[in-house]
Amino acid sequence: MSKIVSVTGNHSASWAARTAIPAVIAAYPITPQTTIVEKIAEFVENGDLKSEYVRVESEHSAMAACIGASALGLRTFTATSSHGLALMHEMLHWAGRARLPVVMPVVNRSLGPPWNIWVDHSDSMAQRDTGWIQFYASNNQEVYDTVLMLFRLCEAPKVLLPGMVALDAYILSHTFTSIEVYDHEEITDFLPSYHAGHWKLDPKDPMATGNIAGPEYYYELSYAIHEGFEAARKMIPRVEADFKKHFGRFHGGFIDTYQCDDAEVIFIAMGTMGEEAQLAVEELRNEGIRAGSARLRVFRPFPAEQIQALANKAKAFVVVDRSLSYGHLGGAVTEIRSALYRGGQTIPVQGVIAGLGGRDVSHTDIKKLIHLGFDAADKGEAKPDIFYGLKR
Amino acid sequence: MNLFEIRFHGRGGQGAVTGAKILGDATRLENKHFQAFAHYGAERRGAPVMAFTRVADEAIRIHSYIYDPETIVILDETLLDIPSVQEGMNEDTFVVINTPQAPQDIKLKVKPKISTVDATKIALDVGILVAGIAVVNTIMLGAVVRATNIVTIESVKKAIRKGLAELPEKVIETNVEAAQRAYNELQMGY
Repeated sequence: MSKIVSVTGNHSASWAARTAIPAVIAAYPITPQTTIVEKIAEFVENGDLKSEYVRVESEHSAMAACIGASALGLRTFTATSSHGLALMHEMLHWAGRARLPVVMPVVNRSLGPPWNIWVDHSDSMAQRDTGWIQFYASNNQEVYDTVLMLFRLCEAPKVLLPGMVALDAYILSHTFTSIEVYDHEEITDFLPSYHAGHWKLDPKDPMATGNIAGPEYYYELSYAIHEGFEAARKMIPRVEADFKKHFGRFHGGFIDTYQCDDAEVIFIAMGTMGEEAQLAVEELRNEGIRAGSARLRVFRPFPAEQIQALANKAKAFVVVDRSLSYGHLGGAVTEIRSALYRGGQTIPVQGVIAGLGGRDVSHTDIKKLIHLGFDAADKGEAKPDIFYGLKR
Repeated sequence: MNLFEIRFHGRGGQGAVTGAKILGDATRLENKHFQAFAHYGAERRGAPVMAFTRVADEAIRIHSYIYDPETIVILDETLLDIPSVQEGMNEDTFVVINTPQAPQDIKLKVKPKISTVDATKIALDVGILVAGIAVVNTIMLGAVVRATNIVTIESVKKAIRKGLAELPEKVIETNVEAAQRAYNELQMGY
């Protein structure tokens, strides 16, 4: 029976693993993700979760173990954060290129030095090109639900890609709220057991994998990964619709839009800031200001068409990145501008960097930023990208 | 969004974070939505810590800090002098303090709605100690709901039973009774 539990964002991820029952979980703890794998260890120890739990000596090994398990055709799960994710980097490519549907929550945290354990999207944004599907959650229920959706999506025969769901450090990872969780039997209609349809390691049917592929093959294999992402792009709306049919919740698909239909300025952000923006929009609407919020929920595959559709109606965008590509700009704003250029659209896009290393960004701040979007709409051009809240 | 926000000040080991969560659970029992979280830094036993409970009648979309809490709960009166305790405090703020002093004897920069209870004495009387430290979190919840009416004492008792479920039955009931005693003994200066 489904039940309501009071859990942190981390434990929401643990509960999702408990519901999905991965055959193998390999993990190494790193703050602030640690309690995800601690809780799972407790579930396994108590007999509440019948998974093979593999303790390893590093995140690189955790992903390597997941790759090995997934290559056997087994449902596989791990979790990480920040430097742990960075250490996994090589193996992330391996999982993506081998088309292994490992599912992994990533607690978004800054990288050091200096030592800072708070929210920052730089860790997962830096893994953009590793061949992993990327979702960004905005509340604990969404963390739980998205893990289940990712298993369904990633394990689909036409997709067969690994997927991560990112959750903001502390803001979600260590904040208790009530969420609804299910028994495994209640979700099997939505998420059937995994059968590896492509290849798997089987001693009875020996094969080699990961062999050399020269210039005559490599390019096509890379394109096949790209096709996997295009298949995921088609499938995401179907998975979300089916999830809603089974469990009654919908988290917005690629982009969680709020009051965008007649909005003059649309505020775009990822993670919890994207949800808090709804409140800023609500308050501005009460003053008669036509603002909207579009929370970017899926970053890979990138929803360029949905961005273009929003730009058809709005006069300006304000895009906030909680990460910074040093020497250029934020990760989301550059891709949004690229999508608009391809669509032949010229609305001003006010780029903003904010909230790095856990600096608070409230709905009051978001309202100020939305006003900058109205300034840009009036002038027909945005200011150079802004470092909001920077102390100099 | 109609929010009610509570900030707990305690010292590491006094159970401020658990208290914030149990209060959240109590609001859930009355069909409200909540968040419970701590202000994380370098935690160590005895250091000042802050924890928060944010309550609303609808799903909560705010994720930023709490700047102007409706209620400030002080688990240790020696914290009254640190600046963060009086931040965001105004004349409408409920301030619930663990102290033997009467509300009118507490001097703060502004004149909030102060109430006091000697939770440490209650903890020592009934023996709620962990590693020699009086744990006043559950006790203070009895005082908080009396001061603010945010939920009933019955919901708090249920939430304490749920939140402490892993402890022996006798310890749980001691906590429940101590919360009721703080509820009864609270002195309200407004």
